[in-house]
Amino acid sequence: MNSIYKYILRIADDSLILGQRLSELCGHGPAIEEDIALTNIALDLIGQATSLYEYAAIVGGEGKTADDLAFLRFEREYTNVLLVEQPNGDFGMTIARQWFFDSFRVLFYEALLTSTDQQLAAIAAKSLKETKYHWKHSSEWLIRLGDGTDESHARVQKSLNYLHRYTEELFFMDEVDADVIAQGIGVDLLALKPIYDQKIEEVLLQATLELPTNNWKQVGGRVGKHSEHLGHILSELQYMQRAYPNMEW
Amino acid sequence: MKEINMSELEQQFQAKIAKDIKIEPKDWMPEAYRKTLIRQISQHAHSEIIGMLPEGNWITRAPNLRRKAVLLAKVQDEAGHGQYLYSAMETLGESRDKSMADLISGKAKYSSIFNYPTLSWADIGAVGWLVDGAAIMNQVALCRTSYGPYARAMVRICKEESFHQRQGFEIMCTLMKGSKVQREMAQDAVNRFWWPALMMFGPSDADSTHSQQSLDWKVKRHTNDELRQSFINATVPQAELIGLTIPDKDLKWNEAKGGYDFGPIDWEEFRQVISGNGPCNAERISARKNAEDNGQWVREAANAFAEKRSAKKAS
Repeated sequence: MNSIYKYILRIADDSLILGQRLSELCGHGPAIEEDIALTNIALDLIGQATSLYEYAAIVGGEGKTADDLAFLRFEREYTNVLLVEQPNGDFGMTIARQWFFDSFRVLFYEALLTSTDQQLAAIAAKSLKETKYHWKHSSEWLIRLGDGTDESHARVQKSLNYLHRYTEELFFMDEVDADVIAQGIGVDLLALKPIYDQKIEEVLLQATLELPTNNWKQVGGRVGKHSEHLGHILSELQYMQRAYPNMEW
Repeated sequence: MKEINMSELEQQFQAKIAKDIKIEPKDWMPEAYRKTLIRQISQHAHSEIIGMLPEGNWITRAPNLRRKAVLLAKVQDEAGHGQYLYSAMETLGESRDKSMADLISGKAKYSSIFNYPTLSWADIGAVGWLVDGAAIMNQVALCRTSYGPYARAMVRICKEESFHQRQGFEIMCTLMKGSKVQREMAQDAVNRFWWPALMMFGPSDADSTHSQQSLDWKVKRHTNDELRQSFINATVPQAELIGLTIPDKDLKWNEAKGGYDFGPIDWEEFRQVISGNGPCNAERISARKNAEDNGQWVREAANAFAEKRSAKKAS
């Protein structure tokens, strides 16, 4: 399968799996306003995933639909980063995960705007607007929790310490990336890293939080080697399609 | 002197009600009117918030991307409705915190329907079609309720509810056009949700304790039985259109009254469910309590942060 197809699926899977994780929280947020905000972010992510899977289905040229790609692949065929499949945890964990992801995603979509692939550039333009709001929301909460009470500071610091190991993978590149970069379609993630580091640092400073000194990095999602969480996510996500195959809903 | 003033105020209030002029938060109103509204609006707000749970139960298992997005949007709307309604309630001097505490302690009620479980995807269709359909009957009438903030909240809510009802019916249509297993799933959902949906309108007029005064104040604009009849009249033809059977052997068109006759409602079941003995009452309240408890440190942090920032600005 060609590199552009794989490339689109990676972006789509990140959106789908994070959207699915946030969907679990619907009705259980710490305040009604946050229920609304988190559900809205989930909705944006599912929307982004849909546009991307629709495009991947065309590029793939195998007669599959967006739903086939979202619901009917096996665990090892999903290529989202490990970060997005991590459990929601407490609100601090949810926010920290979202903030790491949004900080990356804003820069990624900005860079994808200039893709020579018109369709990807268009999806990036629409998604960027949404993602800037997500980033504003998650950054503001990170600052509020970091500089709130002793308890909130300790909780969110603990979440950052835990999730930091999954952030390097946001910048993972292999031959798929090399190929799409050579065609002017994909984003050189290496070039984004220093900007990301600075963006992260600015918010952490306001939040009175810091990144852990332990620099252990966990990767694998982009090549289909996931944490144990993904199988459980998929068993819910795919339940209807697996239990009642080949039906219209 | 004071008594004379009170009666003048009371007369002004009654005159406004008679002329269909909305009562606004700063207007004088009888204490009983205020209490009735607080009770009704908070019950309504709680119903929106608790109502997120049975539908939220299927978001992660929605069968395709479009259904997942639509369901997320719908449940998000319910949260929004809860938010406007709590705000309308706050204009009457009741705090959201107290109201939420009353919900968790079991003192405050919410619509009995949300104490039933959603067991299949078809239940999401049935909830949209029947439960939101029943809610619209009530809510359209409430757009003309006498208290201004409540009436205005209802106008906005009704627009979204009618979209919800249509999406529920569309799920049912799709299932009825599908395979045998899908048609059975749809019929099973109707079998379980039909009677609880009829109970949503509340007790029969003869047994409704708050009805007459609420009608006089124009808080309510139609009786429970009138609304229930309108709902049945509107819904039965929709069921017939797509081949669903209403689980009521006594249901038949009555030409003379221009509406359907229907079988007896099991009011004992209704009383049990509203008094806490429905299939999911404990789960619903415990989910709400967990959300409140788990959110406590978050709300404290937000308050502490806001105080720090305003102290910084002041200095």
